[in-house]
Amino acid sequence: MSVIEFLSWVCLLSGGLLGVVGGIGIHRFPDFYTRQHAVGITDTLCAILILLGLGLQAGMSFAAFKLVMIFMFLFLTSPTASHALANAAMHGGLKPKLDKDTCGDKS
Amino acid sequence: MFIAVSVAILVTMGLALARALMGPTVYDRIAAINMFGTKTVLLIAVLAFLSGRTDLLDIALVYALINFISVVAVLRLVEHGNFHSSEKDKAEPLKVDHQ
Repeated sequence: MSVIEFLSWVCLLSGGLLGVVGGIGIHRFPDFYTRQHAVGITDTLCAILILLGLGLQAGMSFAAFKLVMIFMFLFLTSPTASHALANAAMHGGLKPKLDKDTCGDKS
Repeated sequence: MFIAVSVAILVTMGLALARALMGPTVYDRIAAINMFGTKTVLLIAVLAFLSGRTDLLDIALVYALINFISVVAVLRLVEHGNFHSSEKDKAEPLKVDHQ
């Protein structure tokens, strides 16, 4: 197994692991704005690692160019979509859940 | 190894779909669907390498674009109540049930 192949598997498996972590995160976090954090993990780092691992498998070929194009689109659009979503939620009147809502008023 | 990554992505898609079905607010559902679409792009890319047919990467590329457009369109519909931008026929925003 060459070094490039080993690096590719490391990237692919850590990307898959981050995806599952984000999937668990959107169930464990209490409200919408904290769930956006888990969604952001899987939208950026997981996607980047998996596409990088696939690119290392592809080598210098036309498939690698297509992977770079997918990466560029995801890199530009997923932060935009996350920002638009959080902005729409805030504009629509959804309040972030504060500490006193979850833990009760301690005072 | 490609199969392990595909299974991990499928598990993530299942979790995102569960959140989309039971999400308390509409924004939770849209965020989960956005994540589901991104995972679909990655799954198609991994399956292209698993089956050795890298032409499938074109489909992943198109799906990435459609996913972004659809999320922005649904957000606009939820926020404004319609797809128009003019002021005179602006409808009331949809009544969104925040808990």
